[in-house]
Amino acid sequence: MAVFFGILQIFTLVAVLAIIYRPLGDYMARMFSGGRDLRIERGFYRLLGVNPLSEQSWRAYLRSVLMFSIVGLLFVYLLQRTQAILPYSLGLPAVPEGLAFNTASSFVANTNWQSYSPEVTMGYTVQFAGLAVQNFVSAAVGIAVAVALVRGLSRRGSSTIGNFWVDLTRGLWRLLLPLSVVVAVVLLIGGVIQNFNGFVSLTTLTGGSQTIPGGPVASQEAIKLLGTNGGGFFNANSAHPFENPTAWTNLLEIVLMLAIPFSLPRTFGTMVGDKRQGTAILAVMSTIFAVSLTAMTIFEASGAGTAARAAGGALEGKEDRFGIFGSALFGSASTLTSTGAVNSMHDSFTALGGMMAMLNMMLGEITPGGTGSGLYGMLVLAIITVFIAGLLVGRTPEYLGKKIGPREIKLASIYILITPTLVLAGTALSIALPGVREDVLKTSILNSGLHGLSEVLYAFTSAANNNGSAFAGLTANTPWFNTALGIAMLLGRFLPIVFVLALAGSLAAQEKIPATTGTLPTHRPQFVGLLLGVVVIVTALTYFPVLALGPLAEGLN
Amino acid sequence: MSLRTEARQYGVAIRAMLIFTVVLGVGYTAVITGIGQLLLPAQANGSLATLNGKPTGSSLIGQGFTDKDGKALPEWFQSRPSAAGDGYDGAASSGSNLGPENADLVKSIGERQATIAESDGVVVEQIPADAVTASASGLDPHISPAYAEIQVNRVAQARNLSPQEVQSLVTENTSPRDLGYLGEPTVNVLRLNLALAKLKG
Repeated sequence: MAVFFGILQIFTLVAVLAIIYRPLGDYMARMFSGGRDLRIERGFYRLLGVNPLSEQSWRAYLRSVLMFSIVGLLFVYLLQRTQAILPYSLGLPAVPEGLAFNTASSFVANTNWQSYSPEVTMGYTVQFAGLAVQNFVSAAVGIAVAVALVRGLSRRGSSTIGNFWVDLTRGLWRLLLPLSVVVAVVLLIGGVIQNFNGFVSLTTLTGGSQTIPGGPVASQEAIKLLGTNGGGFFNANSAHPFENPTAWTNLLEIVLMLAIPFSLPRTFGTMVGDKRQGTAILAVMSTIFAVSLTAMTIFEASGAGTAARAAGGALEGKEDRFGIFGSALFGSASTLTSTGAVNSMHDSFTALGGMMAMLNMMLGEITPGGTGSGLYGMLVLAIITVFIAGLLVGRTPEYLGKKIGPREIKLASIYILITPTLVLAGTALSIALPGVREDVLKTSILNSGLHGLSEVLYAFTSAANNNGSAFAGLTANTPWFNTALGIAMLLGRFLPIVFVLALAGSLAAQEKIPATTGTLPTHRPQFVGLLLGVVVIVTALTYFPVLALGPLAEGLN
Repeated sequence: MSLRTEARQYGVAIRAMLIFTVVLGVGYTAVITGIGQLLLPAQANGSLATLNGKPTGSSLIGQGFTDKDGKALPEWFQSRPSAAGDGYDGAASSGSNLGPENADLVKSIGERQATIAESDGVVVEQIPADAVTASASGLDPHISPAYAEIQVNRVAQARNLSPQEVQSLVTENTSPRDLGYLGEPTVNVLRLNLALAKLKG
């Protein structure tokens, strides 16, 4: 019976996503295809000193992205460092340098890795004026970069790819802010709290005392999911009853994570003038999502492993109101987008279920991935695919009428090398560097042995892919992890953006070449199959050796 | 790019960040707080549960029903094991994060099963998994109907009530799946124990 209801829940999710796919995708396409500025936007541009009608070259676009993100980084860092004098700080002291750097990097990079426990580290002002604002803007930056790449594919002979400030502004004012307001109110109805009460002490039924936390949670929860950010207001994240009180808020939160990433292929198809192209991308994303979700659900429901068998089910680290199915669905959605929120503790998942969470991230966060970053990651792989298909079946490598030449392939190749390098180097250094190794083994790792390696591997996978979820047993608030993961998050976010925008510039400058009989159609099942193969081979296989040392070894033991 | 243009562009970025902080940080939070406090004050303030007019907890946040040493009090329905602080600490939400092969976890599960088997007079096979595993938040307000079921006789005996009386309270406080199919059926432990307390009243 539980299985039947579990499947019905998945069908509900699919139905909702299918219903919003067109309207949301088309709405975003219109939003980013010129049109008039709203009056409030015109005022905003005047305040900024930006001409919304002037367009930027890819270099200027990139410069704006980076400058805006550097300012954001400093801003969040300073807020944390001055916490002691901020209002609503709950008497908490300034966040220490290393942790403040890690957290600022994490939220600016749309990762929301949390080396800290929020209840004892972050006051309300840092959360709503620092972290929540980055939840909004980092998501909007991701969408802007994706849209810039799509313009590169759709324009011909153009030296510009749009205006970053306009893309950022429209993403915020017309999409993320209005949706967040509606969602926050719905979450409030479900029981998510929104107050400035601080910690309140009560006398319990047995005469003991209990602390009830407060905070402006609903407002932050909405954008945390909608922007695929994932940083919890509380340590337990979306497992906390004040962040996710019921089974229906749980499903709503899953919908929120997937809504924008799954609708962006429609935006892409509409903007390049061939909706079938968007459908092909969507097909690849959906196929991998379905396979991965099925696998994780089966592994968790199987209740494998010594502890789960002893207890009679894999319920360690899971909430009763969500159950196994609600937990596996949330965990899949969260790691297949770059959200990283958790409603159950992945560290306590079955070995293979936990491996699926890792593998999901290792796919490079493209099925459907983060807001914007999922689409641009997938488009880079589509470019690799037409190139490989060109070699395999003798077609001219072109995508949407753009020639994929040496420059494009170089940019795309470097793009796909960045994340695996960060993940594998980071994990290897943690275990190999003298001095670091002892600290990692003694201080950081909670579960020793094979599972300990998984904890470290999970951390770097999560950071470099900008996911932010954790095998949370790992104590990451150490100088090594704060620094190494902070750097991995920043490089994992902004280096790929450099190459994506360079690619956008290079594609935009090209004229469109007409399709010939030698052109590989990129909207047919054949291409969907090829792209699927490339995604799996190029991304996931890179990690096979290290997975064999960690979760695979543990799960097959 | 000249230094001047660069400075000008940083100016744009700084002004943008300031305005976003005011609108998305302060303004948005204030609006949602206003809506919550005016229209949905019960939820916005934590869905507090009261006994004789006094708040005695939140119906969304689990409580421990143990004595000072953490020993289960037989007259109350017991919540799940908790890894939040010393147990159900609302200022320290957390799961145990113990892995699937962790020896300490395996040992704890065995001990918890032995304790429950003795106190509730059941065999280990009757004890559901949620009774011996810590939740993700450490604040899970629920137990499974199966775990409530095996506690009925113990609670009834400790309170000199008939098992039927206690059973009917369990039934009243059992929630079906949301909308009939989302999530799992649950029993809210605090609400159930409040009903017990009022019964005695």
